[in-house]
Amino acid sequence: MQAEKATTIYEKSKPGRRASTLPVLDVPDVSVEDLLPASAIRKTPPRLPEISEPEIVRHYNKLSRRNFDLDSGFYPLGSCTMKHNPKLHERAAALPGFARLHPLQSSERAQGALELMYNLEGALSEITGLPHVSLQPSAGSHGELAGVLLTKAYHEDRGETRTKVLAPDTSHGTNPATVTMAGYETVKVATNERGGVDLDDLREKATTDVACLMLTNPNTLGLFDENIEEIAKIMHDVGATLYYDGANLNAVMGISRPGDMGFDIVHMNLHKSFTQPHGGGGPGSGPIAVSERMAPYLPKPRIVKKEGRFRYDFDQPKSIGRLRGFQGNFGVFVRTYAYICSLGGEGLKAASETAVLNANYMLEKGKQNERVNKYLPVAFDRTAKHEYVLSAAESKRQLDVRATDIAKRLLDLGYHPPTIYFPLLVDEALMIEPTETETMETLDGFIEALDQILEEAEKDPAFVQNAPYTTPVRRLDEAAAARSPVVTQDLDLLP
Amino acid sequence: MSTYTSDTPDDRAAMLAAIGAKSIDDLFADIPAGVRLDRDLNLPTGKAEFEVFDHLSELADKNIHSDREISFLGAGMYDHYVPALVDSIITRSEFLTPYTPYQPEVSQGGLQVMFEYQTAIAELTGLDVSNASVYEGPSAMAAAGYLAQLENGRDKFVVSQAVNPQYRETLKTNAHGYGTEVVEVPATDGLTDPAALAEVIDADTAAVFIQNPNFFGAIEDVQALVDAAKAHDALVVCVADPLTLGVLAPPGDFGVDICVGEGQTLGNRLDFGGPSFGFFAAAKKLIRRMPGRIAGETTDVDGRRGWVLTLQTREQHIRREKATSNICTSQALNALAGVIYLSWLGRQGIVELGELMLKRTAYAREVLGAVDGVEILFDAPVFREFAIKLDAPVRGVLDQLALDGINGGYPIGLDYPEYENTILVAITEKRSKEQIDLFAKSLASAVAASKTGVGAEA
Ligand SMILES: Cc1ncc(COP(=O)(O)O)c(C=O)c1O
Repeated sequence: MQAEKATTIYEKSKPGRRASTLPVLDVPDVSVEDLLPASAIRKTPPRLPEISEPEIVRHYNKLSRRNFDLDSGFYPLGSCTMKHNPKLHERAAALPGFARLHPLQSSERAQGALELMYNLEGALSEITGLPHVSLQPSAGSHGELAGVLLTKAYHEDRGETRTKVLAPDTSHGTNPATVTMAGYETVKVATNERGGVDLDDLREKATTDVACLMLTNPNTLGLFDENIEEIAKIMHDVGATLYYDGANLNAVMGISRPGDMGFDIVHMNLHKSFTQPHGGGGPGSGPIAVSERMAPYLPKPRIVKKEGRFRYDFDQPKSIGRLRGFQGNFGVFVRTYAYICSLGGEGLKAASETAVLNANYMLEKGKQNERVNKYLPVAFDRTAKHEYVLSAAESKRQLDVRATDIAKRLLDLGYHPPTIYFPLLVDEALMIEPTETETMETLDGFIEALDQILEEAEKDPAFVQNAPYTTPVRRLDEAAAARSPVVTQDLDLLP
Repeated sequence: MSTYTSDTPDDRAAMLAAIGAKSIDDLFADIPAGVRLDRDLNLPTGKAEFEVFDHLSELADKNIHSDREISFLGAGMYDHYVPALVDSIITRSEFLTPYTPYQPEVSQGGLQVMFEYQTAIAELTGLDVSNASVYEGPSAMAAAGYLAQLENGRDKFVVSQAVNPQYRETLKTNAHGYGTEVVEVPATDGLTDPAALAEVIDADTAAVFIQNPNFFGAIEDVQALVDAAKAHDALVVCVADPLTLGVLAPPGDFGVDICVGEGQTLGNRLDFGGPSFGFFAAAKKLIRRMPGRIAGETTDVDGRRGWVLTLQTREQHIRREKATSNICTSQALNALAGVIYLSWLGRQGIVELGELMLKRTAYAREVLGAVDGVEILFDAPVFREFAIKLDAPVRGVLDQLALDGINGGYPIGLDYPEYENTILVAITEKRSKEQIDLFAKSLASAVAASKTGVGAEA
């Protein structure tokens, strides 16, 4: 990765340079002042970069070389499901019939797009075991918001006011954030010694003022909650709904369906389970699937098929309304649909099986490695699903080497580190998700890398504490960045 | 069938042996029988790569896209040209396939892009700070509402009906969650009436929402609307199209607190509605409540310049229930397209492009307004879009136009029943004088035909 000094595109700007080409004015040249009131006109042009096309291309190509990406190396970022992005998908999504289709094109003239969405809804319904799907939410957390608002609409429709939403202490931060945005209070539920929901604690907290329980299963420890049927019963007995955070769906596709587990509402992260490129943090898509009783509240419009034609149905009087503009992240739907068509039902199941096999293999290899097992024991030692959590608490105690130090040293060895310090329940957590698209050799290599780092730490902790050494920049001062934030370039200071 | 996995049967056997499992099934033994799927998923069997591509091509071919007609359709997303270099850069795997820059040392490229993007958005909007993108336009406005409500604890939003209906609906959906009332103020002659707005703004008003140019393409008297809000210390949220801000005064200059909108016009394709990105810029005093990710400049241990995600204490992974938004995955790749596009346009390009649109829009308004049976709906100055009223049923006219390969625009009567038989017409740099003239000609015959009933059923 490149180590040369960072220069922004604004610093490369030079008055008079440009890249854009525009058509010549072919209509009467009326002055701007004649067309707009003086107060509406901008006084000085915005200081965008002045730069030629070749220089723009070089600039961003240089920047790209300062990024670690999935296509170049192993990226076991737990909970994020960084699996291979099939190349076919980019080609399909770029088809002009999709890429250049206007979202307000009348439904009669967008039949192919609507058919794709309709088919995708059907497939996601089958995968989740829930009959109704809305593709509208833009990401997982947006799906959560849809789901909790749906819950609110459901209870309100029944004349009930409920004030609380339960979430395990292992839950992702988006869960409580969503709960607040939907006007509820989050109540934490404890985790038992097997890494599942503590049933006694749940029973105590499951009162009739609880609207919903938000759960992911397998959870963020990578563990399947064996008591899921009992959990569903406890919640349904008090009239609450059960919400499935689908971030971990990749472990159970074709094996166990949230609908069959008793969940009323599910969000899927298309960008996790269904091979979407993560784009440096997005775009994603977070469709929701719901049971029959939640269907009237789904976001509108919905897509319906009548006499072989597809159209929008806005006539949803109980709908929570619209969650965003237009039809959702359609470009993501195209890729997801391509993936489902490529794999089919048996392929999706095989993907989950391999993901789980890879995770357990890696977990086991780590346990069999004396050093790794000593300093980085598995937090909850059970058969994992597609991910598992190690704790660096021992490494910290015995070697003074923390999870973050190990992560930084992994960068030198060519790996993207696992997720660190999440879930919060595990001290010094390292959350590893290999995914099904990695080879056995890659998994072995990663465990060897952990072993190497711990060996280095045994000899000289400072060496690991000061890693990385080979990256374009080394440890960055995050505290200073937050204390006096510089979040834009001061253009006044440029020549 | 594709699998995208790389393990061989021998690997599988070796891995199972290492685990001490007899079969893959052993790894799922903890899933209770009652919740195991005891059949195969009812989905078609997997297909070869080319078969999948053929199937998708067939679906794509069923759509009438903007290359297959002359499109005057806008109303929130626009048929702008996306220069070739955008695709070339955003499809590089180093930008396409990483995730959120949780490890800044190996994510300097993505972080610097965010910083450059934030700079461009702040500069365009005339505001101090910008985040690194939110989902899209309407949910950006809803996020601004959430911020306002957190900031001043008031429980009422005042929204002009000249704001895009999808934005207003999205705001309502969100506001219902945290219990904030939404009051709409009708627009008169295509503009927000400052007096009518002032009448409903009071000490309970958390924020006032306007759009400029508004949904009808009309230029608002932004200062008067801001003044009405400021009289009661309400925050002002202005929806804008960044591509107009080479010519139009930046919202920040009028004292707007938050400027949000849809970034599709900046180098993002239509994609039938997404993915694109929403932008979110704000006054400095609001930075610690701003939703979403923010990149900040800093130095490393060796004193080298670098970037990190900053002010993360606002975010869901630290503040959890007190977070200023629940956004985790946002639209980083689309924002990258945005900043590449803005660099391509450059300081002169954005002004020239804006002026070209403005002048062509004026021309189109003149020639369409001159068509027999067509009236310009509002007198207000417009930027890129304007509404025409037809002396004939709108559906029939649009269908007639379609036969000539023209998409006439968006029938706004769908959202505003009071504006029956009207079309919102959008003019981008791709619509030449020749195309506008063709539209006028075709419109004349379509209106004439529809009036007599011919083609109304088409
Ligand atoms: C368990 C879990 N829930 C929810 C989310 C939020 O999903 P998204 O990032 O798509 O908003 C994530 C994402 O990291 C997650 O891992």
